[in-house]
Amino acid sequence: MDDPRLTSHWLIPLREAHCESTARIGGKGLALARLMAYGIPVPEGFCITTEAFSTFVDSGGLRERILLELHRKPFEAMRWEEIWDVALRIRHLFLTTPMPAGMERAIRDLLSTPACAGPFVVRSSSPDEDASGSSFAGLHESFVNLRDSDSVLRGVRLVWASLFSDRALLYRKEIGLDFERSAMGVVVQELITGERSGIVFTRNPNDVGTSVTEAVYGLNQGLVDGDVEPDRWSIDRANGRVTEHHPAARERCMQPDTEGGVLRELPESLKAVPPLSRDELMQVHGTALRLEELFEGPQDVEWTFRNGELFILQSRPITTLPGGGENDQRKWYLSLHRSFENLKTLRQRIEGQLIPAMVEEARRMASEDLSRFSDRALWEAFRDRQAIEKKWTEVYWEEFIPFAHGMRLFGQVYNDVMRPADPFEFVSLLGTGFMESLERNRRLEVMASMVRADERLKERLRLGEHTSLGAAFERELQGFISAFGDLSCPITGIVQCTQGPEGLIRLVLEMADHPPNVPQQQAHDQTGLKNRFLERFQGNERVRAEELLNLARASYRLRDDDNIHLGRIEAQKFAAALEAQRRYGIRGRLDVDESARDELLRTFPEAGFNPKTPADRGASPQAEIRARQLIGQPAGPGIASGPTRVILSLEDLRDFRRGEVLVCDAVEPNMTFVAPLAAAVIERRGGMLIHGAIIAREYGLPCVTGVPDVTQRLRTGDNVTVDGYLGIITVKTAEL
Amino acid sequence: MPLIQNDQTVVSDVEVLLTQQSLAVLSTHHEGQPYASLVAFAVSDDLRVMLFATSRSTRKYANLAGDSRVAMLVDSRSHRAEDIHEAMAVTAVGVAQEAVEAELFSWRSIYLERHPYLESFVSAPSCALVKVLVHRYLLVRRFQEVSEWTIRA
Repeated sequence: MDDPRLTSHWLIPLREAHCESTARIGGKGLALARLMAYGIPVPEGFCITTEAFSTFVDSGGLRERILLELHRKPFEAMRWEEIWDVALRIRHLFLTTPMPAGMERAIRDLLSTPACAGPFVVRSSSPDEDASGSSFAGLHESFVNLRDSDSVLRGVRLVWASLFSDRALLYRKEIGLDFERSAMGVVVQELITGERSGIVFTRNPNDVGTSVTEAVYGLNQGLVDGDVEPDRWSIDRANGRVTEHHPAARERCMQPDTEGGVLRELPESLKAVPPLSRDELMQVHGTALRLEELFEGPQDVEWTFRNGELFILQSRPITTLPGGGENDQRKWYLSLHRSFENLKTLRQRIEGQLIPAMVEEARRMASEDLSRFSDRALWEAFRDRQAIEKKWTEVYWEEFIPFAHGMRLFGQVYNDVMRPADPFEFVSLLGTGFMESLERNRRLEVMASMVRADERLKERLRLGEHTSLGAAFERELQGFISAFGDLSCPITGIVQCTQGPEGLIRLVLEMADHPPNVPQQQAHDQTGLKNRFLERFQGNERVRAEELLNLARASYRLRDDDNIHLGRIEAQKFAAALEAQRRYGIRGRLDVDESARDELLRTFPEAGFNPKTPADRGASPQAEIRARQLIGQPAGPGIASGPTRVILSLEDLRDFRRGEVLVCDAVEPNMTFVAPLAAAVIERRGGMLIHGAIIAREYGLPCVTGVPDVTQRLRTGDNVTVDGYLGIITVKTAEL
Repeated sequence: MPLIQNDQTVVSDVEVLLTQQSLAVLSTHHEGQPYASLVAFAVSDDLRVMLFATSRSTRKYANLAGDSRVAMLVDSRSHRAEDIHEAMAVTAVGVAQEAVEAELFSWRSIYLERHPYLESFVSAPSCALVKVLVHRYLLVRRFQEVSEWTIRA
């Protein structure tokens, strides 16, 4: 160690830390130190102080880089996906900024002493949580089973970074996160590889007279991640009587792997036996009540048994994440964080059951000839289809959206091992194989190439002739319309909601006037990158890394395809509404009860089906204030210039010309057919992994997302330069 | 028609900068050679005119005689690292004119209200009070978000 006086500011053994402050070592570290001082068995370890954190972020300009990220856009205007992106960038800064040499050496020295036997656990210990009287589980990171000092040092960086995790940023107000001043403490401890582990809530929030104990075989991580179902006991606090025992299915347990944990099948002999005997249950319960007394309040305690000895892993006040009323969706966002195991199961369900069922349901509905239905039957079909759409929309939010976390999980692992210059480099590994919207664009290009090669066909189409176009072209056109609709609606697969196929034909003609623009073939680079990534792993780890990449690719693909599948379901509901309109006109009398008719009319208002418009046309900017340079997130690399086409309603898409810059509120799946014509994409909705960004990347288009009010700040025809590397849009003007 | 949120704050942020800061960087040129000077400025209530005072013997005054087009930069730097994400800057682009006798009293009182310690400087026979008729303001916030506010066509 360089200067013992200096390093003692950074590192304090747990055994000596019980008189420290939470400001210095954080709430978790202080609680563990106090437990140790009271003679309760706690794994040995040391605290890394908040001064170490501050020294690290103040070295090499890291603090200012973090603040730049956090102030890029008003926080209130960010969607959760953007918050995740910000958190990933900050995480990457923590991973790649060099640690002051003296600090790194001091940690390594301490880890190499005989008193510090690995493997290790690295836990967050936030002073703010404690200061604000709130300690919410799961907002900051902890890592188990780190085998060597390199892994511990990486764990420390990631725990520091989790001061600004997406979860912490969402709850920044409640946890008192101050961007300029907050700091993070870290606890490094010996890993106790317990045979049985669990948690205790000394006071059940729903029944304050009882405590709740949960137990699993193996490491606690399986329980905390939700991958292993626990046995659960309720105990009467007054007399210690067990009032309830819910046995678990007991199929798996979390075991230490080479690094981290891995789920294993539970040996048959243990499946029938609860993880805790009655005596052990009482020991856990009794110890937890002692901790409650010690810390003067109900506790959330993590524990483990190793060779019959009970260790306390942590103890903190019971808190629940506050709800902000019905509109507070943050808990749902938090639920999007899924473990690898959870995502694997979800993938099987999505690919094996949900998507095939969705496709089949859409196919069945499409095969019904609504024109032959009686009024009553038509109405019933409409009601059925409405219910079917509702059901799939729920599935979309509950299962498809959480599956998108697969990309994010992969991104973190990729950044951890590769430490690339660009924290979103991993995205270039995701886009392979078949995507529904690319298939649609491929088939548009087939038609465009037929028109390119046939002057007579082109002329007839220009004149608005829709007959005698040649059998091959007509077959292609009809095939396209039956698969994807005529692109006149915001919903995939529907035909003629306001217009005929003129818009589609105009698009094909525009494409035919220019050379084809096909998605970029990145296969070669991708293979090299993939190999470089996989080479970082050995044995089983490598198999898991490959599985994770595979999962991330499925997640990426589904993020695009799910919208198209859902659109096809939605289209069938509108098909029933359209048939009703065809029969009766909107003012005609429907042979159905009045409330039902009202519902139908709401779905299909008098003016004809009115696709939702992304922005109100009325709200254009006042003439004297104009955007000169706008900033958003760099979501697709590249730089391009061109006139803008601001999409306020779908009709605007029909005028799209090759070389224009697509400007929209949010790239809807049914808008991406203009991607082959566009020079660049600008979107108000933010995120690096959203639909528009995915498609832009497939076509190699510069893309900037998350630009506030962009459809109001830019006007069609503005000449702009889109810098997809930096997320900057510059508006060209004749004058300075 | 209501302004969108961002545009409303453009006007208020420009106003705050121009009323809270007292120094601006004035840009002029001589035959294409750029020249920058620090000046004490004031602004009219309607933000259409910025004022500064200079001796007629200065290079900036000579430059203005050759080309009256100017830019003036006002910013909220505090000379700390936080400036990168916290500081705002506004560039006023316009045309400079020396205030003439008939209007001198009213412009001078606006200027001295802001810079009372410059009274003897402004009163010197060699001092010119220069008004810049602002054509547009370019406001830079959040490191590189730029908005333009046109005052005069």
